Amino acid sequence: MPAHSLAQGLRLPVNGLDYAILAVYFAVVLGIGFAARRSVRTSLDFFLSGRSLPAWVTGLAFVAANLGATEILGMAANGAQYGAYTVHWYWIGAIPAMVFLGLVMMPFYYGSKVRSVPEFLLHRFGPASHLLSSVIFAVSSVLIAGVNLYAMAIVLQALLGWPQWVAIVVAGFFVLAYITLGGLSSAIYNEVLQFFVILAALIPLTVVGLKRVGGWGGLSDSLTATHGEDFLSAWGGTGIGHANPLGANWLTIVLGLGFVMSFGYWTTNFAEVQRALSARNLSAARRTPLIAAFPKMFIPLVVVVPGLIATVMEPALGKPGSSLSYNDAIPVLMRDLLPNGVLGVAVTGLLAAFMAGMAANVSAFNTVFTNDIWAAYAKRDREDAYYLRTGRVVTAVGVVAGMGTAFIASSFSNIMNYLQTLFSFFNVPLFCVFIIGMFWKRATAAAGFWGLLTGTVAAMINYFWFYKQGVIAIPSDQGANFVSSIVAFAVGAVVMGAVSLFTTPKPAGSLAGLVYGTVSPGMAEPPAEGDDAWYRSPALLGWGAVILAAACYIPFSL
Amino acid sequence: MSEYEYQHEVEELERASATAARLFDVRRIIGGLFTLYGLVVTIAGLTASDADIKKAQGINLNLWTGVGMLALGLLFFLWLILRPTPPPPPAQD
Repeated sequence: MPAHSLAQGLRLPVNGLDYAILAVYFAVVLGIGFAARRSVRTSLDFFLSGRSLPAWVTGLAFVAANLGATEILGMAANGAQYGAYTVHWYWIGAIPAMVFLGLVMMPFYYGSKVRSVPEFLLHRFGPASHLLSSVIFAVSSVLIAGVNLYAMAIVLQALLGWPQWVAIVVAGFFVLAYITLGGLSSAIYNEVLQFFVILAALIPLTVVGLKRVGGWGGLSDSLTATHGEDFLSAWGGTGIGHANPLGANWLTIVLGLGFVMSFGYWTTNFAEVQRALSARNLSAARRTPLIAAFPKMFIPLVVVVPGLIATVMEPALGKPGSSLSYNDAIPVLMRDLLPNGVLGVAVTGLLAAFMAGMAANVSAFNTVFTNDIWAAYAKRDREDAYYLRTGRVVTAVGVVAGMGTAFIASSFSNIMNYLQTLFSFFNVPLFCVFIIGMFWKRATAAAGFWGLLTGTVAAMINYFWFYKQGVIAIPSDQGANFVSSIVAFAVGAVVMGAVSLFTTPKPAGSLAGLVYGTVSPGMAEPPAEGDDAWYRSPALLGWGAVILAAACYIPFSL
Repeated sequence: MSEYEYQHEVEELERASATAARLFDVRRIIGGLFTLYGLVVTIAGLTASDADIKKAQGINLNLWTGVGMLALGLLFFLWLILRPTPPPPPAQD
């Protein structure tokens, strides 16, 4: 999501009560850090909570790590701009990939006992692809943490009148403190807390907003009158060759967003997968994304619907000449509808969501940097306490680098948008390499590296040359993103196939537990007591989520 | 270096890990924070001004949100009482 600018005149009428609610939250966040500190004895405690958390905690953290404030403001903005098309980001663009991660991929990730997503590449393909993906992941997560911090500074400046540097320093300090103290456990606990606080803000906001515009009936009547029939339809106007505001047709939505982009993000982004790897056993790890799928499915009700309400309440939103951009949808509703008290909860929720979004990236960064770069290539075979110390230092370095990025972003925001787009092209080829590596024993080490590299380069060429230079006509950035992802996946897959045919595969014995149909020694652990209950069955949870997500489409497709 | 050495390393770290035994239960934090927030926001609702209620389209939003948050906080405490934190698993050998 690009760093955005919020309009002046959005200042919220906060009072002492609201600030008291916010102050309590900051105190609790620090308290969690201090209380979690005593549970950190080994590096595994620091980076993966000792692989011991229950599934409902990791599941809620999984969804909350994605529910950062840039996501909330951005998806409400998409709702205001594109209408019901925005639901594709949830129901086809998230649920199937989350279910696939839980049902198909998690046994390889968790069962092989890797500590990070890049580490899986090391064992499956070897050091070249491992180092490439580790370095790119480390750089991009610091960058994203910084962009997130910058976005927060802009929002707080507009809403509360805080100078940008105050917001950057305060939020950066709190994130640094609680992760350095308690490691992943305190990041995850804060995410779970943030999940409930942001819902406690968004649910009342949506209810009051709906009452203001005359309920769902009043809302859809107003939107149909001003924006036409297709605005509240998920698939209306997405025929191939048909123009629509999203700039994408049903095929690029299903293949680009629903398959390659979403699978790339949800199944290989370590900031997400890390939550599942911290679960206490394989069953809990598999259930992590499946439990997350259910809240994820209903989040559009309290994020996209407020975006729609805002377009009715403030028709000028996002129009040329207006001082309000689409990103202002939720802040406008907060300003106009929430009394002091709930307003404090909403400000706290938004701030918590910004900090959690940053913390998810920082906690993934310190793990990958320490385990996959430092311990693998710089200082090998030290005692565990050394890597634990390194992890804490790297956390501090990562946060400070993120704060630096935020300050740079405030003067060069266009460059930051460019870089973010650039890094977003890395997940898709990564997914391509993973999926082929997991299902095709013949895929070789060289194929993994070249698939990763050529897929990424192909996506960049498609986006920055073919699309930006106008060689092929795609109506919007969103549409071009979808097409670039499909290109990245196809090129990566073809290159992997071709290179594999000309290089020698790894011996089958070294792939046990890493490729479909194999089990690594000692991987089969007995199921924990109670995990055989029907409501803990991964297959039931997974297929239930898919069917429910498909059913969600019905009211928006008739 | 054996192919599966890293797995034994992780297993050893899991045995030495202190998280399962010493990490507090997050339900207590959620319960505490939401009970406190619920009380504060409910009181703000009981003393709501006409302007507050008018702003929220005639709904006493603080009262309803406060009661809802209080209920959530108490539910987490109830869950904690009914299903207490499981004792840490015995050290594996």
